[in-house]
Amino acid sequence: MSTTMNVNGKAVTARSEPDTPLLWVIRDELGLSGTKFGCGAALCGACTVHVNGQPVRSCQTPVASVAGKKVATVESLSKNNSHPLQKAWIKHDVPQCGYCQSGQLMSAAALLSKNKNPSDADIDAAMSGNICRCGTYPRIKAAIKDAAATMRKTV
Amino acid sequence: MSTNQTSRRDFLKTSSLAAGGLLMGFALPGAKVEAQAAGTVYTPNAWVHIADDNTITLISARSEMGQGVYTSMPMLIAEELNVDINQIKVSIAPPAAVYVNALLGAQITGGSTSVRDGWEKLRVGGAQVREMLISAAADEWKVDRSKLKAERGMVLGPKGRKASYGSLAAAAARLPVPEKVALKDPKDFKIVGKRIKRLDTPSKVNGTAEFGIDVKLPGLVYASLEQCPVIGGKVLGFDASKAKGMPGVIDVVQISDGVAVVADTYWHAVKARKELSVQWEEGPGATLDHKAVLASTRAAADSGKVLPIGKPTGNVAEAMKSAVKVMQAEYITPMQAHAPLEPMNFTAHFENGKILLIGPTQFQQGAHGAVAGVLGLKPEDVTLKTTFLGGGFGRRLELDFVIQAAQISKAVGKPVKLLWTREDDMTHDYYRPLGLNQVQAGLDAKGMPVAFQHKVTSQSITQRAFGLPKDTLDPFMAEAAVAPYAIANTQHDLVIHDSGMRVGYWRAVSHNMNAFANESFMDELAASAGKDPYQYRMALLKDKPRFARVLKLVAEKSGWGRPLPKGRARGIALMEGYDTYMAQVAEVSVKNGEIKVHRVTVAADLGRMVNPDTVEAQIQSSIVFGMSAALMQEITLDKGRVQQTNYNNYPVVRMHESPKIDIVLVPSKEKPGGIGEPATALVVPAIANAVAAATGKRVRKLPLTPEAIRAA
Repeated sequence: MSTTMNVNGKAVTARSEPDTPLLWVIRDELGLSGTKFGCGAALCGACTVHVNGQPVRSCQTPVASVAGKKVATVESLSKNNSHPLQKAWIKHDVPQCGYCQSGQLMSAAALLSKNKNPSDADIDAAMSGNICRCGTYPRIKAAIKDAAATMRKTV
Repeated sequence: MSTNQTSRRDFLKTSSLAAGGLLMGFALPGAKVEAQAAGTVYTPNAWVHIADDNTITLISARSEMGQGVYTSMPMLIAEELNVDINQIKVSIAPPAAVYVNALLGAQITGGSTSVRDGWEKLRVGGAQVREMLISAAADEWKVDRSKLKAERGMVLGPKGRKASYGSLAAAAARLPVPEKVALKDPKDFKIVGKRIKRLDTPSKVNGTAEFGIDVKLPGLVYASLEQCPVIGGKVLGFDASKAKGMPGVIDVVQISDGVAVVADTYWHAVKARKELSVQWEEGPGATLDHKAVLASTRAAADSGKVLPIGKPTGNVAEAMKSAVKVMQAEYITPMQAHAPLEPMNFTAHFENGKILLIGPTQFQQGAHGAVAGVLGLKPEDVTLKTTFLGGGFGRRLELDFVIQAAQISKAVGKPVKLLWTREDDMTHDYYRPLGLNQVQAGLDAKGMPVAFQHKVTSQSITQRAFGLPKDTLDPFMAEAAVAPYAIANTQHDLVIHDSGMRVGYWRAVSHNMNAFANESFMDELAASAGKDPYQYRMALLKDKPRFARVLKLVAEKSGWGRPLPKGRARGIALMEGYDTYMAQVAEVSVKNGEIKVHRVTVAADLGRMVNPDTVEAQIQSSIVFGMSAALMQEITLDKGRVQQTNYNNYPVVRMHESPKIDIVLVPSKEKPGGIGEPATALVVPAIANAVAAATGKRVRKLPLTPEAIRAA
């Protein structure tokens, strides 16, 4: 019944039933509460994590499907807010209520991992699966561009 | 035109709340705030805690739901306390009388009141503690206190003597709180009015901010609650035999609102809930649908008791008769769900006749008092802690989910986190009521209005929530009903109609329906007169400088009157709400009925501002929130069941639909206005007017869906 995977660089074995959504394994069994529950139907993006580098909605991902794979949550960006995206989010004071922001950051991180100079259209395409009910979209867009510029300079 | 409306903000303190009403018995305990510091903590007053390790904790009595109060409230205290805003910590206040919102008469976060309520009282709170610290130093150093000053967390004396606030806190906390303190001249402000970075941002970019859903307690179990598909229905009976056999299930218990499955994990609770079989007494709501809600509202508009909003001016009936032309229109704003991204939840731990409640609420006093009342506990046996709120928008003013968590915990005798599904949340909201606004204008030979009549028919939330007596004007239904325009003969009326829906306060409340009607109709009048809608409004604002200024500014900033790319058009709208004067211009294009909002320009005069960056963030937020309502959202019912269940059939604006937003803030020395809500209401008529300009089609019933536009 258990599932072995790598979460944020550490090997873990989850004992939740194989059909349990990855979201609830991450939150309730592993105690990583940065990843949020918003809709349970892959409509809002609050639960976005990376599986082998790809952004996925963890509320619709059975834990069995990530056996042997690498899972990364918002906690993997950095604890001390040193990731360029975290820095840009702080610089632009992006979050309001903040509930969706873990998912926004993980979608943005996936975008920047393959596109260091995203256009507005690229950002729209990568981010349109993430709802922000507080409407922080203009600041998210500005922060992504800012972080991308930083990452281009430092690579 | 008279703007002599009953003031919203004086309302709750003078009506049912103070007189008894629902909140009778919602006694508030004394203040006991957890300071975020090790060692001994001293509390000179309710707003400031100073630990002997020099950690300074400032208290926000308002819930942080995105609007930035965990920064703006401490900024006001810190301005007078003279501490570095980046060196302090912030705590949320517990339920206590000292933290009551004077503008609403209860400990509530809502109504865009936080800064307006706190503007003076928090600065006084900071100044009191500053003076106490100075007095403590003067006593210790045996010098005249007039020779001392307080700066950046230190009291400074003659010959370079200095002492940290932390070292003086014990002595200061024993001193009497000074009644009268001098406040700074605003020109000397060092913190207030500056673009200060939000203090909660760091915790919101690394997953450490604690929302209700994140609360952890030793031995915590999880609950999922099956409620009647028809709101208000009751449990007749249930069969839990299958559910109880599911993995991890601890118990299945009936509470007032339904049947709760309690399990060792949330997912186990949700899975087992699907195996429940519940029989319901659906109640009178089972016959309700949205068409009936509209039909009964329209019938009430014709026959219901009419309550005057403000005082009529002139003689409307006579002026209509002698008018060259009379125009009339009816505008409909549909029901809405709040749909904050964090579904309703609360954590409760009932033990030994006492209860601990932890979670996201906009209404500490209500949550505390309601649980005490329902469980029959003394106020002092109820402890309430507020987490971050994953959105509020009015939904978390309600107490249903708090009471449910408390009842479940009491039934199972364990700490319980109740978490709703998104579907629970969408189908068991307290919905924004339907609004029916009927307007009529008499015009002179030049097409200018000489008579204006506006009848608002909708449902009173205040009757349900606060026991407002029937046949009494509900000021939360009359907001922005009286527009600023100079018209000689006017009459505004309200008809309150109970449609059978369960209704709640929704961001910007009745500004939404009233501004949509007034500002759409102004454009219709301008069009009828063959005049530019900006110039038409301006001609009616001769004695309204704050309105005229924001209107002029928004026209300039948006390029009003200048050519646009083919297919694009602009719409303009003007309103006062929450003491904030605002004008907006929306720039849209329409293809096959699909509206694209390219740009929204906002000019706002909200008096003095605490944090202009947060002001801009709130305007941006409100624009996106209002756009969702204008373009996409509508709650409908079939046989009493809400048909919208998730973000697929109750969509919200997404990144690719979000417009460019340009904001002009007017420097002002007027008293602060609220900014969490007004732009939400005003963007709706701005868009509707732009759509009419682009297509020639006037849509008077929201939302502005492609079907509605093609059918117009």
